[in-house]
Amino acid sequence: MTLTQQKKLKTVLIGSLAWIIALVLFFPIFWMFLTSFKTEAQAIAFPPELFFKPTLENFAIVQERSDYLYHAMNSVVISFGATIIALIIAIPAAYSMAFFPGKRTKDILLWMLSTKMLPSVGVLVPIYLLGRDYGLLDTRTGLIIIFTLMNLPIIVWMLFSYFKDLPKEILEAARMDGATPWTEVTKVVMPLSVGGIISTGLLSIILCWNEAFWSINLTATNAAPLTAMIASYSSPEGLFWAKLSAASTLACAPIIIFGWFCQKQLVQGLTFGAVK
Amino acid sequence: MKNFAKAALVIGTSCAATMLTTDAIADTVLTVATVNNGQMIQMQKLTPEFEKANPGIKIKWVTLPETQLRQNLTQDIANKSGLYDIMTIGMYNTPIWAKRGWLSPINTSGKYDVKDLIPSIRQGLSYKDKLYGAPFYGESSMVMYRKDLVEKAGMKITDRDKWTHIEKVAKAINDPKKGIYGICLRGKAGWGANTALVTTIVNAFGGRWFDMKWHPQIDSPEWKKAVTFYVNMLRKYGPPGATSDNFNQDLALFEQGKCGIWVDATIAASFVSNPKESKVADKVAFAQAPYEVTKKGSNWLWSWALAIPVTSKHQADAQKFVRWATSKGYIKLVAKHYGWASVPTGTRESTYANPNFQKAAIFAKAEFTAIKSANPEDSTLKPVPYKGIQFVSIPEFQSIGTITGQMISTALAGKMSVDQALENAQKIAERQMRAAGYY
Repeated sequence: MTLTQQKKLKTVLIGSLAWIIALVLFFPIFWMFLTSFKTEAQAIAFPPELFFKPTLENFAIVQERSDYLYHAMNSVVISFGATIIALIIAIPAAYSMAFFPGKRTKDILLWMLSTKMLPSVGVLVPIYLLGRDYGLLDTRTGLIIIFTLMNLPIIVWMLFSYFKDLPKEILEAARMDGATPWTEVTKVVMPLSVGGIISTGLLSIILCWNEAFWSINLTATNAAPLTAMIASYSSPEGLFWAKLSAASTLACAPIIIFGWFCQKQLVQGLTFGAVK
Repeated sequence: MKNFAKAALVIGTSCAATMLTTDAIADTVLTVATVNNGQMIQMQKLTPEFEKANPGIKIKWVTLPETQLRQNLTQDIANKSGLYDIMTIGMYNTPIWAKRGWLSPINTSGKYDVKDLIPSIRQGLSYKDKLYGAPFYGESSMVMYRKDLVEKAGMKITDRDKWTHIEKVAKAINDPKKGIYGICLRGKAGWGANTALVTTIVNAFGGRWFDMKWHPQIDSPEWKKAVTFYVNMLRKYGPPGATSDNFNQDLALFEQGKCGIWVDATIAASFVSNPKESKVADKVAFAQAPYEVTKKGSNWLWSWALAIPVTSKHQADAQKFVRWATSKGYIKLVAKHYGWASVPTGTRESTYANPNFQKAAIFAKAEFTAIKSANPEDSTLKPVPYKGIQFVSIPEFQSIGTITGQMISTALAGKMSVDQALENAQKIAERQMRAAGYY
C-alpha cells in the first residue's frame, strides 16, 4: 500500500468513525422527532414502526394544553438574561486573572470550578428558602440569578483560557498609548477574543435552555420555562410517549435551529487557540 | 434636572395608578398543582366552565410528574411558601399532612353530598372525621386477563381466585416464543411501584409491615413466602426486564397483546378495553384481585384528591373550586363533554348507580366491587397499629417502602436472594423506626 493510499484509508476510516459517532448521538433526537408524529399505540408498538401514517394530533394537543409561546418566552428571557449578566461579571474577572495573575489565581479558578462538582440537590433547600424569603420563587429574576451563578465558573474558566492566549505585548502597547483598564477590556481584549466570547455565550445559552432541575423545583406557573413544560407530559397512569415527544420536539426546536445558525461561531470559538 | 424630575413624577404616578387600577379589577388566580392523568387533563379543559360560573376567579395549572409533584408540594407546604392554592395529593399524604396542620378541612356542607362519597375513600382522606382531601378519582387493584388465551389453555379464572391458581394459569398461557408472557406485574422499585403490589401479596399471604409495637416484620415467614412466590412467578412467566416495569410499561405490554394476565390499578381497565389504543380490547376480562390465606388487604385502595394548603391566600375561592371539581355535577359535565366511559371513577356511589355509566363502562361492576371491598382500617390478618393497605400511613414509610422495593427489585433481577433482600430491608427499617422514636 502506497503512502497516498494509506492516507486515503486513514481519512475514510476517521470520516466513517465520525459519522458513526454523529449518528449515534443524533439517533435519540431523530427517534423523538419520529415518535412525535405517531399515535400513542404506534409509539409503543414492538417491533417499532419506521414507516407509518404521520399525525399532527400530538402537536395539536400540546398547543391546546400548554401555552407554548409563554414557556418559550420564559426560556428565552431566562437563558439570554443569565448569559448576559454572567458575561458582564465574567469578562472583567477573567481579564484580571489572565493579565494580572496573583499567587492564588490558579487556586481560585480551581475552587470556582469545584463548585460545579457539588450535586445541585445538595443546595436545593437553602436556595429554596432564600428564594422564598426574597420573593424570588416562580420568578424569572430568581431563575436568572440561579443560572448566572450556575454557569459563571465555566464562563470565567473559558474566557480565562481565551484571554490568556492573547499576546501581552498588544496590551502593553495600548497602555503606552494611554489606555485605561476599561479601554483595554472594551477596545482591545474584547474585539480580539470576540469569537471566544460568542462561543462561551452560546454554550451558556444552551446550558440554561436545557436546565431542568432548578426550573422544575423553583417555578410553578409564572416563570416555568420549556423544560418544565416537557415534564408536565409525563404521566403516572396512561400512555404519553407520543405527546411527550411532541412537547420535547417543540422545546428542542428553537435551540437546535439557533445552534445550527451559530455552529460556525461555536466551532470557531471552541477551537480558538487549539492550534498554534 | 427639573424636567427630569417632572417626567419621573409623571411616569411614577402613572405606574402606581396602573398598578392600583390593575389590583382593583384583578381576578383571583388559583394555582392548582396536579399530575398528568387523563381525568386531570379533562378537568383542565373544563375549567372555563367553572370560570364562567364564578367570574373573578381564574385557574392556573402546574402539571408535574408524580414524584416531582410530591417533592414540590412537600417543599412548598413544609416551608410555607404558598405557591399553590390547591394541591393534588394522594391517600398516603392526606392524613399525615392534616395531622400536622398543613391542610384546611374541605367544606362538605350543603349540596356537596358527602355521604355519596364511597365510604372507604372518604375514610382514607379524613383525619379525625374531617375530610381534608376531596376525592377526584379513586382506584383499587384487580385482575385483567385475556379470556381468549385462558380459554385456549383450557383454564378458568373465576371472580376471585387464589394467587397460586393465578400462577397456574400464567404457566399454562406463557408462550415466550410467540411473544406472550403469562403474567405482567410491577417490578420497578418504589413505594408506589413494586412495593404497592408486593404489599397486597404479603397481606394476602398473612403478612404485615409492623407488629403492634411498631417492630418491622419484613423478615417474617409470611413476607418470605409472599416475596419468593412473587419473584419466582415473575421470573418464570413474566416478561424480560420486569425490574423496570411499572404501570405504564405493563399497560403497553398488555395493550400490545403480550401479557396473559395483569394485576394492577382498576383505572387500567378503561385503557385496555378502549379499542382506539388496545389491540386486545375485545378479548379482555376482569376479576377481583387474588388472595391466598386471607382476602384482607389483597387489593389496594388509592385516591387522588384535591386539598387546600393552609398557606393559600384564597381559601374561600379554593373551596369553591374543589367542591365544583369533585361534585356530582362535575361528573355529569364530563359525561356531557366526553361520554360516560370517561368520567372520573372511584369517588361517588351515584356514579356506579347511573345506568348510563354501567352501560358505557364494561369494567364498572368489577371496579366498584374492588373499591368497596378494600378496607384500609382492616387490611391484615394479624393486628396492626396502622391504617393503609399498600402503604403504612406514617411519614417514615416513604423511605422504608422505597428501600424495601429496591431490595425486592434486586432479588427479582437475581442479584440477591429473597432472604438476603428481606433481611437487608428489615435491618434498615428497624434502624429508621428506632431513630424516629417508635421504640
